[in-house]
Amino acid sequence: MSGLMEYNGSAIVAMTGENCVGIAADTRHGIRQLQTVSCNRQKTFQVTDQCFVGLAGLATDVQTLSQLLNFRMKLFTLREERKMQPRMIGNMISSMLYEKRFGPWFTEPVVAGLDDNHKPFVCAFDFIGCLSTAEDFVVSGTTSEQLFGVCESFWRPGMNKDELFETLSQCLLSGVDRDCLAGWGGVVHVITPDEIITKKLKGRMD
Amino acid sequence: MVEVEEPQDYLDVFQSQRGGFSFENCKRNAYLAAQANIKPPTAMKSGTTICGIQLKDAVILAADTRATEGPMVADKNCEKLHYISKNVFCAGAGTAADLQHTCEMMESQMELLRMATGTEPRVCTVVRRLSSMLFKYQGYIGCALVLGGVDVTGPHLYQIYPHGSTDKLPFTTMGSGSLAAMAIMEAEYNENLSIEDGKKLVAKAIRAGIFNDLGSGGNVDVCVITKETGGAILRNYEKPNERKFKAQHAAFPKGTTPILKEEIMKLVSVEEDVVMRD
Repeated sequence: MSGLMEYNGSAIVAMTGENCVGIAADTRHGIRQLQTVSCNRQKTFQVTDQCFVGLAGLATDVQTLSQLLNFRMKLFTLREERKMQPRMIGNMISSMLYEKRFGPWFTEPVVAGLDDNHKPFVCAFDFIGCLSTAEDFVVSGTTSEQLFGVCESFWRPGMNKDELFETLSQCLLSGVDRDCLAGWGGVVHVITPDEIITKKLKGRMD
Repeated sequence: MVEVEEPQDYLDVFQSQRGGFSFENCKRNAYLAAQANIKPPTAMKSGTTICGIQLKDAVILAADTRATEGPMVADKNCEKLHYISKNVFCAGAGTAADLQHTCEMMESQMELLRMATGTEPRVCTVVRRLSSMLFKYQGYIGCALVLGGVDVTGPHLYQIYPHGSTDKLPFTTMGSGSLAAMAIMEAEYNENLSIEDGKKLVAKAIRAGIFNDLGSGGNVDVCVITKETGGAILRNYEKPNERKFKAQHAAFPKGTTPILKEEIMKLVSVEEDVVMRD
């Protein structure tokens, strides 16, 4: 067991629905397999009214990057007096990560948001800022292989906000069941044009 | 007299330091690696098949659409054909982040050049700038490119390696599937092909990569660049690997997942009347 990406453990998944988009993350903060420090770690961050960024990877970098992101978002709103669209947020994160190409942050972000036309947008990055967008779902973290599997069979086009929530939750919970580094509860945000629904999941605590 | 510099605003410092690579995490990362014997994580690669052919008055590029992270398929339908200018496009193999950002950088440089000179950029300009940059970074920027375009001097096709060496060729393949694709090219390339036949040939070469190389897969993207119309990417020109089934099971009924807490944040639009005063 080595690698900074696996040090704290995380599972993040974002999915699109019909005029809605959702992002789910586990809540474990651990030290490798040796210890679980907390089961209330924040891994998803709201950056605009209708956009969330999920940060998987090394906890110290997750927190630094979330603060850096917050700073850049505020700077943008002050300068431009407008809201950043999810696609722009994606490009900004991509540049922020690539700037550190040769001394990277150990984190793999995920962006999920609705744009001005209520069109869902999800994208994911590798740790040096390769942006990949998807029409269906994106995953990140130590559980990514398991999540790819479950999402591939459970995602369906045109889900409403309730179906999206259930699919996201079931995918996350099934995924983390097979990853000892992630789990210990989860949180799901579903973004719709007029509300943001946040639910804490009752997950396995082992 | 010694000039005392005015202490800069935090934002000015931030602004002045933007652009270029930042190495501020390097020491920390090296320390962490030494302390815990940690391997660097794997970046997204495109273990790719890309190819290009030069015809009488056109250049055609093609690529597969699989991106991998180690043995895992990270993206089934990624874009490996990049826009550089209206008349120059490139196909990339190697580290995905490097390819994306290098091509974006080249795109902006070429647009600035076009605006400054008022002329269409030449293919050799792009090649020179790319190879100088890649050589400067001594191969650490992992970009293997097939670059093609049509300019005032006609159609050109180049291949560029991560260390900065370049080749000018009538047909070329790169990436892990290059051998499979080259087999098709060597057998069937002919400089008198029509554009339609050219598209079929590159697609066949990419298909050879998709089916015979495990690092390549997904769909075939094609890009045709002609003098008259410039370049156009034909995204998913062929889809030889479409899913054969759709999800058959019913959706999870509402309330399947047990929850501990629910919070709903209502978004309301606030309209402000702004009155300008003197």
